[in-house]
Amino acid sequence: MSMPFYVSPEQQMKDKADYARKGISRGRSVVVLQYDDGILFVADNPSRALHKISEIYDRIAFAAVGKYNEFENLRLGGVRYADINGYQYDRRDVTARGLANVYAQSLGTIFTETNKPYEVELVVAEVGEDAETDQIYRLTFDGSVADEHGYVAMGGQADAVAQALKDGYREGSPLAEALRTAVRALEAQDSDRRLEAKSLEVAVLDRNREHRLFRRLTARRIEDLLGSSASDPSEGSDGSGDASEGSDES
Amino acid sequence: MASHDSHAGRLPGLFSSPDSSSFTEFLGSYSPDLLPGRRPVPVSSAGAEIPHGTTIVAAAFPGGVVMAGDRRATAGNMIAQRDIEKVFRADEFSAIAIAGTAGIGVEMVRLFQVELEHYEKREGRTLSVEGKANRLATMVRQNLGLAMQGLAVVPLFAGYDEERDAGRIFSYDPAGGRYEERDFYSIGSGSVFARGALKKLYRADLSAEDAALVCVQALYDAADDDSATGGPDLTRGIFPVVAVVTEDGYRRLGEDEVGGLARAVVEGRYDSPGGPTAPLR
Repeated sequence: MSMPFYVSPEQQMKDKADYARKGISRGRSVVVLQYDDGILFVADNPSRALHKISEIYDRIAFAAVGKYNEFENLRLGGVRYADINGYQYDRRDVTARGLANVYAQSLGTIFTETNKPYEVELVVAEVGEDAETDQIYRLTFDGSVADEHGYVAMGGQADAVAQALKDGYREGSPLAEALRTAVRALEAQDSDRRLEAKSLEVAVLDRNREHRLFRRLTARRIEDLLGSSASDPSEGSDGSGDASEGSDES
Repeated sequence: MASHDSHAGRLPGLFSSPDSSSFTEFLGSYSPDLLPGRRPVPVSSAGAEIPHGTTIVAAAFPGGVVMAGDRRATAGNMIAQRDIEKVFRADEFSAIAIAGTAGIGVEMVRLFQVELEHYEKREGRTLSVEGKANRLATMVRQNLGLAMQGLAVVPLFAGYDEERDAGRIFSYDPAGGRYEERDFYSIGSGSVFARGALKKLYRADLSAEDAALVCVQALYDAADDDSATGGPDLTRGIFPVVAVVTEDGYRRLGEDEVGGLARAVVEGRYDSPGGPTAPLR
């Protein structure tokens, strides 16, 4: 009969954390940043079908990196959580804070109680009436929550991407500028990385829209935004342009 | 089954089970008593004392559909409410309206709205117009027990069909029967009179604005002959709810627009109380 080895809790947790980190660092990155009209989500994701960025509720969106089946499971759970709360109470009573809490509990329990932690990192963001009231929560595989301001980078090479964001990010910048900053930051994943519109998944929570504020941007719109020069005032086309082009199924 | 207390904490297993994209089905397993059709049916008939919504009309025009409802709710011979709203946005490209027991109807509408949005968010695509209409039929059918006790609800559903670039109208019976209607339809207590008016005023080539006018005329005729349908209330400024669904999505006409239409209709009736006349030959 073989004797089970004693593994100290510290070692166990460290092993799990290393495992999860390794899994996450293999994937491509996602950045989330505030711009003048709301919150912008940009993922280095060539797939049109498997999304890393999704709508959760009227003012709330979700971005994730890591293992697809794991974060998709969390996303679907989040949609159910939001819809059932909004149905039982009121649409205003569904908050990113509540959702982040539920995710934190779920991830924490999975991390401590199961052998295999989730290899995911999430952002749950809620757009407010103004930039001051925007909320961005970052959740890691062990259930820790961080309340972020301005910008977040996650995924493989997150440090390099975050550094690039730190250098390029400016508060209250218009959509086109914020998108360019985000794309430049994502290109910092590798020294020779060039990202085109069709290999990007981009969505916004635009506080000037009505009812459901989440919108995906089409490849054409992304190209337009990336193409317009830095001095170009992009506000003119933002709100209405997204509305007509940015439907989910493009 | 997961208890409701686990709400505040982590997601119970039920939330992450991969099965259905239907909100109604999820609600049925999570908290069945929240579904209108899953409650014990009252033993005796509970009809007349509970507010009922009355007349709804809809008319298709090239490229879309208009839906309109009067603002009255009645409880027996009492006017329960004079500014109730019975026409709603179902999702971006469809509208739903209810006639019958107001409380259950409004609940059904809320559930239907979440159902469509829930599907869209989970699947990343919207349901087809038929898919939405069928889903609604299931909800109506679940209410059959209550309908037998005098708490019937009958919705009218209208949506913009992207493939055909046309508006489509679906009606229902209390047993969940779903029928696609051509051109126009009306439901509720004043529907008989409204349909007569629609029949005479409808043209296949109406503009969106004229289709709205036809609907307001039809509602006036319904109010003219049905005591449970409310006409335009000029003194209080209460006018029908009119919604237009086109490729640009759902749009509820503003108070000014509907007020203008309603005033024109009332104005016209001073000269001709029966409304516009159709050519005889």
